[in-house]
Amino acid sequence: MSTGTPGSPSDIRLGGVPGRAPTGVRTDSAPRRKAALMGRSPQDTAAGAWNYVLLILAMVGSAFPIYWMFIVSTGTDVFLATIPPPVLPGGNLVHNIGVVLGYATEEGRSYNNAQFGSSMVNSVIVTVIVTAAMLFFCSLAGFAFAKLRFKGRDTLMVAVILTLTIPSQLGVVALFIIISKFGWQQQLIAVIVPALVSAFGVFYMRQFIEDSVPDELVESARVDGASTFRVYWNIVLPIVRPALGVLGLLTAVGAWNEFQWALIALGSGDHPTVGVALSRLASGNYVKYRIVLAGSLLATLPLILMLAVGGKQIVQGIMEGAIKA
Amino acid sequence: MSALSGAGATSVAPRPMGESGLIKRPPSRLRSALARFDHKVVPYLLISPFFILFAVFGLFPLIYNGVVAFRDWSLLDPAADGWAGFENFSRLVNDEKFWNALTNTFGIFILSTIPQLFLALIIAALLNRRLRAQNFFRVGILLPYVTPIVASTLVFSQVFARDYGLANWILSLFGVTSTLGGGLVIEGLDWRSTRLTSWFAIALMVNWKWIGYNALLYLSAMQSIPKDVYEAAALDGAGAWTQLWRITVPMIRPMVLFTVVLSTIGGLQLFTEPMLFEQNAQAATGGTRGQWQTVAQLIYKTGWKDLNLGYAAAMSWGLFLVIVIIAAINAFLTNRLGGGK
Repeated sequence: MSTGTPGSPSDIRLGGVPGRAPTGVRTDSAPRRKAALMGRSPQDTAAGAWNYVLLILAMVGSAFPIYWMFIVSTGTDVFLATIPPPVLPGGNLVHNIGVVLGYATEEGRSYNNAQFGSSMVNSVIVTVIVTAAMLFFCSLAGFAFAKLRFKGRDTLMVAVILTLTIPSQLGVVALFIIISKFGWQQQLIAVIVPALVSAFGVFYMRQFIEDSVPDELVESARVDGASTFRVYWNIVLPIVRPALGVLGLLTAVGAWNEFQWALIALGSGDHPTVGVALSRLASGNYVKYRIVLAGSLLATLPLILMLAVGGKQIVQGIMEGAIKA
Repeated sequence: MSALSGAGATSVAPRPMGESGLIKRPPSRLRSALARFDHKVVPYLLISPFFILFAVFGLFPLIYNGVVAFRDWSLLDPAADGWAGFENFSRLVNDEKFWNALTNTFGIFILSTIPQLFLALIIAALLNRRLRAQNFFRVGILLPYVTPIVASTLVFSQVFARDYGLANWILSLFGVTSTLGGGLVIEGLDWRSTRLTSWFAIALMVNWKWIGYNALLYLSAMQSIPKDVYEAAALDGAGAWTQLWRITVPMIRPMVLFTVVLSTIGGLQLFTEPMLFEQNAQAATGGTRGQWQTVAQLIYKTGWKDLNLGYAAAMSWGLFLVIVIIAAINAFLTNRLGGGK
């Protein structure tokens, strides 16, 4: 396997002795670079030029569809039919967004019945409520599992983890029937209530609280006569703020992007979320992509903003969540 | 546990009153009742929201789904309400549409999972270096993850459009043309018209969405490999590529297993991409001849377009069974491939 790359064996052996790397290890000649790798863990090895080139390619691949979404949503039909395709944005963004939001008409046709504008509001409502409730309930339960002693605690924690393995999405038909019995069909409450708390959130908060809230702190507050809830509010919450940030961002992304259940529960009703409204825009005999993608752009912007502000926390949440799970 | 029962049942309970010497008021009856309540009941109150919501919206639907599958349950004809026995299931086994959807789901699943996890490994290895602008790359790779699937699928829908689609423009540069049914010649391909091309397009969307996320999972596993493993292995004279496949990947096998199971569960329930790839996005037919209709899509169509909830519930069970089997096989294979026992 290793014979595929050039490099003399002596080079390799030299570099293979930790702490006695040749002085030239930082140069970029191929055999030397290879030698520099020996004995070092990858994360202690400086990335080479190719490493950066490939990563930048990956960045371009990540961003391109979103850039193309932007280009199409700025175009007119003529602009988008040019060959080669446009690389820079056109000047029709305001009109396309106006059509999506229902302020302008397109060839006499109004796109109002997709209710895109109000769907953005609906999605904000759903996302805010779900995220706030998730943070509250998951940190409360996480606190109880991490710092309180009660009968059956460990068994119940295992039960929480086990529920992670159940693909509850498969019960969607029955869930729909239940929601209908509650009279929640086509109401936002149908997508809010089932999402108020999650096993992952409880587990994540438990791990964080166990590691970061000192027992002595909780105990001394107890000695001073603080109730369980006071301990949670005055001691635990301030300490776990970073974890709340991570969980909040992950929850908000998920809530904003939920589609399958929203389509089933809110379907053709008067309160679509943004995904449902987009699917309505894209339904019809002839799809005008510049209109549909102007809507997609509006739906994506809040999340790009979230990534720009809280990207580090989202990365951290995914990486930590993975290690702990 | 039994030794701890009574007032001392919590480790963080206040010590018996007199001991600390700081208590000014003698404990009243009400106060001690409240304290007992705080220690005995409150912990259960704190964890109850999860269990209540899970019972109502997670567990019960799953069980109830089993009941519905054995019934006639049509939104069109509420009068046809009764036990159907195994009728829904026997119909399922002989349903060509179900097998067609299952084939599509598998096809897309394979075209998406394998490149997805492979590329995620490569990107994780690229990220697992001493990097300038490390956070920029890590955050940038997550752009697809935060983009709503509905929005990104609509972009890809445009990219793979027959007329004025970006993909066809690129193919036209290489002189690719195809002849349609009526003898019409177009540049590029009619992506939606055949199984393989539509599978490819949908798989590309899935890959785009999940590569970065999986790369971060792999990266987090890679960074917890003890560094001396690499020191010990250095004497072999392994290059970066060999090091990745000989040391790093075997060391993160549990994480690879985790992602394989995760993408099996997710991939076999694929819904949003095939839905929005359709030019009439809520039709749920998966193309003119169902060439890319997935099982999740068929369940939606059966339940909410054809309004036969009983049959849709039976299909859910069919899909559930398939997922369990495939996840087990994949977990087994991954373990074997990685050299496990």
